[in-house]
Amino acid sequence: MSNELSAGKISRNPKYAELVRKRSGFAWALSALVLLIYYGFIVIIAFAPKFLGTPLSEGGVTTIGLPIGVGVILSAIALTGIYVYRANGEFDRLTKELIEGSK
Amino acid sequence: MRQFSVSGTIIGGAALALLPTFAMAAGDLGQAQQQATNWHAIIMFIAFVGLTLGITYWAAKHTRTASDFYAAGGGITGLQNGLAIAGDYMSAASFLGISALVYGSGFDGLIYSVGWLVGWPIILFLIAERLRNLGKYTFADVASYRLQQTPVRTFAATGSLVVVIFYLIGQMVGAGQLIKLLFGLDYVYAVIIVGCLMIIYVTFGGMKATTWVQIIKACLLLAGATFIALAVLVKFNFSFEALFAKAVEVHPKHLAIMSPGTLVANPIEAISLAMALMFGTAGLPHILMRFFTVPDAKAARKSVFFATSFIGYFYILTFIIGFGAIVLVGGHPEYLDATGKALRGGANMAAIHLAHAVGGDLFLGFISAVAFATILAVVSGLTLAGASAISHDLYANVFYRGRTNEQHEVMVSKVASIGLGVIAVILGIIFEKQNVAYMVGLTFAIAASTNFPVLVMSMFWGGLTTRGAVIGGFIGLAAAVILTVLGPTVWVDVLKYPEAVFPLKYPAIFSMPLAFIATWFFSVIDNSEQAKREQAAFEAQLIRSETGLGAEGAVAH
Repeated sequence: MSNELSAGKISRNPKYAELVRKRSGFAWALSALVLLIYYGFIVIIAFAPKFLGTPLSEGGVTTIGLPIGVGVILSAIALTGIYVYRANGEFDRLTKELIEGSK
Repeated sequence: MRQFSVSGTIIGGAALALLPTFAMAAGDLGQAQQQATNWHAIIMFIAFVGLTLGITYWAAKHTRTASDFYAAGGGITGLQNGLAIAGDYMSAASFLGISALVYGSGFDGLIYSVGWLVGWPIILFLIAERLRNLGKYTFADVASYRLQQTPVRTFAATGSLVVVIFYLIGQMVGAGQLIKLLFGLDYVYAVIIVGCLMIIYVTFGGMKATTWVQIIKACLLLAGATFIALAVLVKFNFSFEALFAKAVEVHPKHLAIMSPGTLVANPIEAISLAMALMFGTAGLPHILMRFFTVPDAKAARKSVFFATSFIGYFYILTFIIGFGAIVLVGGHPEYLDATGKALRGGANMAAIHLAHAVGGDLFLGFISAVAFATILAVVSGLTLAGASAISHDLYANVFYRGRTNEQHEVMVSKVASIGLGVIAVILGIIFEKQNVAYMVGLTFAIAASTNFPVLVMSMFWGGLTTRGAVIGGFIGLAAAVILTVLGPTVWVDVLKYPEAVFPLKYPAIFSMPLAFIATWFFSVIDNSEQAKREQAAFEAQLIRSETGLGAEGAVAH
């Protein structure tokens, strides 16, 4: 089986368009979210550093900046987890059906 | 003395020093005094070397084909690869450097940790599976997939080698200084030991040995850092508020350590640095190469998830370690120099002294051995990536146009590894007394402005042509190098001119968009027949990158 041949069949298969649309949309949306979170964090540091120094509780020393910073790290882990979960499940299933169906 | 102060370097304006490699330690340990021979550390390090040489022997017996050598036969699992990637990323400098930064300025350390981490989700969402589906051994396979092999591979190999060499210099100089400090070994011997061991790992064991050395080191580093962080938290009954309160009380800056300080004073600089960190990671050849060691796109995705989790966890640990050092090391005369203000051995020693404070001599030896192992593992990965660029891209595909056999290619790769090892040792000795802190920033800026734009355009933009990729890529490379040289880190700090020609320390905010625009422009004005064929071939490439159809599979064993 030549790749060229099945490549042509795949590109005409409606499942291919569905896969690409779903996965690209999801990947770009998550990328935008990561960029928003990260550059949002940097912009706050650059322009409103005082906000991050707000204490969490009256008289305490822990500031709001700490949970926010750790939150950015955890959000990066969580978003990669979400993507892998959906890609290794739904998207891979779609890919498999697509390749089977184009043979 | 600049050499002995991380915070001095940073407040002096060079946050650069905190990039995730060894250059920072290199710059800051520039005149490290040789310490008394540390036998605990040496014995544990010998145990590590013995174990890894055993693994190399095993790997050598199972390394026969080019696929074994470059990509460990595609037989690495997602979890293993995730650990290996995390190992490549968690250098001794990020361990010692970030904890030292937290020790010196508190909250600011977190800003850097975040910057190094957020590149990973982007790599996962946009690059990892396409890379796995299109490539075989090097990222040049992907960049040249539908373009002319000779010019594009020459460009990609140049980009890879430049990144690898600059990165290696920083690592070697840092290794020599750190080992002198921790083990009491002479600088030159330390550099030669690192060079010899990495040559052995890479030439005999290829990617299999390199990956396992990286995995073992990652586990040791994570275990060691976890132990230190737990030991600190136990002393405060796991109350972060109590730990922070004590730190604020004893730290000379008091409450200021709980909020952003002077590190990110200039927003344009901050964004430029953030761009280099985020996108440079996706252009590092030794990182990209790891995606070819797993059997399929599914495992490639998993490996990024594991890597991100381990790296994120590690950065949170270094934050706790930095605060632990403020409380348990700062103000304790046994860890301070004669003035009673600076840490003995330099600010980078915060985590090392803390290891002693919570675990005594034996644990200090363990952490020192892990720091040495970390350097070894990172330089091995770099050497393998550089050797692959020489053998797979230049030798096999440029000079012999694919008309050579696997045995020759692997042999050339081994010779190239030895050559790179020798060059690394020589450069390490030449640069011993130099401040090489700028090299890390340069490495990331080059990776973000050279390899990354061409890789992304080749994957996502059908209009890309050979001419566009090569001219645009070289413009990005030239811009990153020239702007770094004209910027404050080289023009003022190294060449000692009074004023920088280019005002920013991190050029990525200019050099990276410039590379994208130049690549686009020279592709659009390319009306050759060749260009039309290349553009027409995009659809087939896209289908393979989206579905994995025809992708390099795992090699049966």
